Amino acid sequence: MSQLLVQEKEIVVPGETIAEGMDYIPSKGMYRSGEQVKSAHVGLVYIEGKVLKLVPLSGRYLPKRGDSVIAKVTDITMNGWIMDINSAYSAMLPLKDATPEYVEKGADLTKYFTFGDLVFCKISNVTSQNLVDLSLRGPGLRKLNGGRALKIAPSKVPRLVGKQGSMVSMIKKYTQCQIIVGQNGLVWLQGEPEQELLTIDTIRLVEQRSHLSGLTDYISNYLAEKCGPLSDEQHNEQVNDDVQETI
Amino acid sequence: MYKKRFDGRAFNELRPISAKAGIIKRADGSAMFKIGDTIAYAAVYGPRDLYPKFLKDPEKGILRCNYNMMPFSGSGDRVRPGPSRRSRELSLVIEKALLPVVDLSDFPNSVVDVFIEYPQTDAGSRCAGICAAAMALADAGIAMKDLVVAVSVGRVDDQLVVDLNYDEEAYEDGPVADIPVAMIPSTGEISLLQMDGEVSKEDLLRAIGMMKEVAGKIYDVQKAALKEKYTKGE
Repeated sequence: MSQLLVQEKEIVVPGETIAEGMDYIPSKGMYRSGEQVKSAHVGLVYIEGKVLKLVPLSGRYLPKRGDSVIAKVTDITMNGWIMDINSAYSAMLPLKDATPEYVEKGADLTKYFTFGDLVFCKISNVTSQNLVDLSLRGPGLRKLNGGRALKIAPSKVPRLVGKQGSMVSMIKKYTQCQIIVGQNGLVWLQGEPEQELLTIDTIRLVEQRSHLSGLTDYISNYLAEKCGPLSDEQHNEQVNDDVQETI
Repeated sequence: MYKKRFDGRAFNELRPISAKAGIIKRADGSAMFKIGDTIAYAAVYGPRDLYPKFLKDPEKGILRCNYNMMPFSGSGDRVRPGPSRRSRELSLVIEKALLPVVDLSDFPNSVVDVFIEYPQTDAGSRCAGICAAAMALADAGIAMKDLVVAVSVGRVDDQLVVDLNYDEEAYEDGPVADIPVAMIPSTGEISLLQMDGEVSKEDLLRAIGMMKEVAGKIYDVQKAALKEKYTKGE
């Protein structure tokens, strides 16, 4: 007989038995040991019919092709930049994918990006050995000037973005800040200084409460309390940033 | 004859245990594990780029542990800071005790660093370190088959005991054996077994049996501490 040993949204730790019997199917982040399905991470269990899903609550960002990330320049080479993407591996941004301009051989690349610069870019390729290539070709991809950057756990990024970007666009509407969320857990924002601080507080709150239900309502109440209710104008305003967040 | 333990515990009783996950904010994962007067802090960084390059393994990530007792952590004498023969050995055995559960195949060419620090020790430090490190690794989100529990068992004179403290290790009126054991709770596999002293085969087997009986208690503490960190904020 197959039997489930945890409830929906329960927190499990590595080695904890989630279900017994062959009727339940483990997915990523779990493994089968004999008849039992066990967790391999600290995470939340979601039950979808017979398929068990585990959403890890911590962990490093694993680069994936097509992800938009915020990267930081750590080194400059002959033909591009070495970037830190907040993962186990550094990434390469080749010159030819960074600028449409013609660049003379041996030119000084610091005039495009220099050490410490943040760049919003896309992962164009990841090899089996996790060599990561970045690209700036795409809508909204650019160097991030000024503003503030903060790190959140990469596993919480989907919650901060929300369905079709609902959470982040709500925060944008209330605080009038520009926000860019990288899939790697780096968040960049720019706006009025006080609003920036409020945005950071809000993002931290989302991170803290990401596993609880009713998060969107909680955050909208929090923001309404801090900045007053939205005017009609704000309410209907399309957040027309040049950046389209992806989930 | 060792009739009554120095601290009044039963022979199969552990010292009081407490644990906490996520105490070092800058680390990717961290944990504190305290058993009696032995306190271990573990901080995990990574997976991250590994240098020097020749240590890289292109098939899977590597685990690197570092055991360190703080200068003031001993019984009163200053512990000379820096690496020593002893701390090098313990770093290695802790690493070997944890390796069977961690899965770093997703992170080739990288390293997971585990730093274990002791502000206070009273015997059983490698075991406390393993318990703390296992929790810290789980907190860092590294794929693991299970946690690892560890505690020392042994004999003091004619009596088998669990979780020796320093007074018992230093017992002078009879033979003493100190046997640190680490176990993977779900399978009962043993990933660390060392011994200092002398013991008969039968006593060794019985001692390991005693360890298995109390392992569940340690595991429960580790599990509860990890869950507590993530239920915060409700």
